[in-house]
Amino acid sequence: MTTQLPPGMHIETVDEKIMTLNVGPQHPGSGHMRLIIKVDGDYIVSCDPDPGYVHRGEEKMAEYRNYIQNIPHLERPVIHDSSNILYPYCLGVEELLGIEVPERAKYIRVIAAELNRCIYILYWLAIYGIFLGHSTMFMWPAGDRELFIDLLEAMSGARVTHAYLVPGGVRNDLPSNFEERCLRQVAYFEKRLKEYEAIFYQNPLLKARTEGSGILSRTDAIRLGTTGSVLRASGVDFDVRKKEPYDVYENLDFQTIVMKEGDSYARSRVPYLEMFESCRIIKDALKKMPKSGSVRTKLKPNPKGGNDEVYRRVESGRGAIGYYIVSNNRPEPYRVKISVGSFRNLICMPYLLKGEKLGNMPAVYWGLNYWPVEADR
Amino acid sequence: MSSGTEKDEVKDIAEEHPANSENTTSSDSMSKDEAKKFYEEKGLDLSPDVPVKPKPIPEFEKSLADKISSKFGDKIHVDYIRSDRIRVTSKKENIVDVAKFIRDELRYDHAESVSGVDYPDANEIEVVYHLGSYTDEKLGRQILALATRVPREDIPNPGSDRTRMSSLRDVFYSVEFHERECFEMFGVYFEGHPDMRRLLLPEDWADIPPFRKDFKIKGR
Repeated sequence: MTTQLPPGMHIETVDEKIMTLNVGPQHPGSGHMRLIIKVDGDYIVSCDPDPGYVHRGEEKMAEYRNYIQNIPHLERPVIHDSSNILYPYCLGVEELLGIEVPERAKYIRVIAAELNRCIYILYWLAIYGIFLGHSTMFMWPAGDRELFIDLLEAMSGARVTHAYLVPGGVRNDLPSNFEERCLRQVAYFEKRLKEYEAIFYQNPLLKARTEGSGILSRTDAIRLGTTGSVLRASGVDFDVRKKEPYDVYENLDFQTIVMKEGDSYARSRVPYLEMFESCRIIKDALKKMPKSGSVRTKLKPNPKGGNDEVYRRVESGRGAIGYYIVSNNRPEPYRVKISVGSFRNLICMPYLLKGEKLGNMPAVYWGLNYWPVEADR
Repeated sequence: MSSGTEKDEVKDIAEEHPANSENTTSSDSMSKDEAKKFYEEKGLDLSPDVPVKPKPIPEFEKSLADKISSKFGDKIHVDYIRSDRIRVTSKKENIVDVAKFIRDELRYDHAESVSGVDYPDANEIEVVYHLGSYTDEKLGRQILALATRVPREDIPNPGSDRTRMSSLRDVFYSVEFHERECFEMFGVYFEGHPDMRRLLLPEDWADIPPFRKDFKIKGR
């Protein structure tokens, strides 16, 4: 029997021993994506990630809006890390249009980016905890995250979708009591983080499930082009904030967290340790920040870029985010390509899940610091 | 801190632009002097959009560019875009050789992104690989854009028309998913890629590749 199949469809031969499972796209354990997993008994034989369930065509939409109109919709892929996904866009547009950013705005941007990194990591940690069956680790980060959200709300006026960073600086200045509020929150949070260590990271059950599972060697991490915490957990010392410092990161005091093990435990621990560094950056930036001055350079209405292109990247909670913007003398960009950390780390999933127990899938999956909505854009 | 006054000053200027207000239809209808007066009242700068500054090539970027152009000569074209960014444009026939040279001699080890850019007027699609390095300390800041152009068909038939080039998957393993995305979004077929299936689009997508310029968003 020959049947004409639509393009992209194929008939699959079924094995008696091997079972195919569709994990997702609406399964809470996989986020908004599908993993086509073949299992032999309890062991995963192969894994084929199928993202795209929440593909929104952000890149296409950006070609129809001018540089300023693009700000709010470009942060939508990761609303809980919205400052960091807008950061490279702002840097790129500033380079295209030749805009200078006021010194005070640079510090405010760094503070917003680091607060947002904490918000993202806490959100991720909450999900990571609940999928490993540790419900305290869901409640604590979710609760502490609110305090950071309050801070960013005081800065920008919005709880989650801030659209706070704009080409030329930030949207508005800090409120008058911000510094004091922020320092109080950070001091509380640094104390609180140590409790996370005791209840979660020293937990023998977590260690049993994650130590030695899903090992990604240093060579593979480089070869597969991974980024962010996945890369640093495999022993590669690479952080865009250090290697290609943007705005004022070179003046600030912090260090890169690198672990050698490359297993799920290391991947879950690197973002946690990075929150300490974020706190250090925030405190340092508040100290070194000019106490007054302009926070936004005025742009011309409908600014146009020349016949130019730019590639700018920053370090987000999930790794490097790069924006490739091509302009052609129009107020709209000709092409915007967003290269996100989640999409780059997705390639590890088939490698790491192969041979793993099915029950360990959430530990490996969420350990990759993967956010499906961002990967789909 | 002077939060209150600052906030008022930095209101979004686009709202005050005559093109966006109700009285005038577009900025083109204003005479040059009127426009100048309007902008000066608003305290805006009327200098050209992009300041033209002569950009001297820094030494390190120059050494990279020299290395690659001494090997390939006329086959490629090296541009200096801005600091830490150089761009190598190659014919699609040579792209694998150039990529191997960049990997082995210049020590770039991974691809950060693969972007397609559609140029319907030139009847070409440009594929740009942004390459970076984790292993070489000196290259930490650098991003090398390796670009090539493939012919473009007006009525695309992804996979079986002339829009195809050699895959770089064997040179840079990390391009695997990026090339799949470029295939579905632009219809560029990568020869030698082991798994050239769609990635983000649904299996039954029956329109033209959506990131091409002739695919229009509804209502725009």
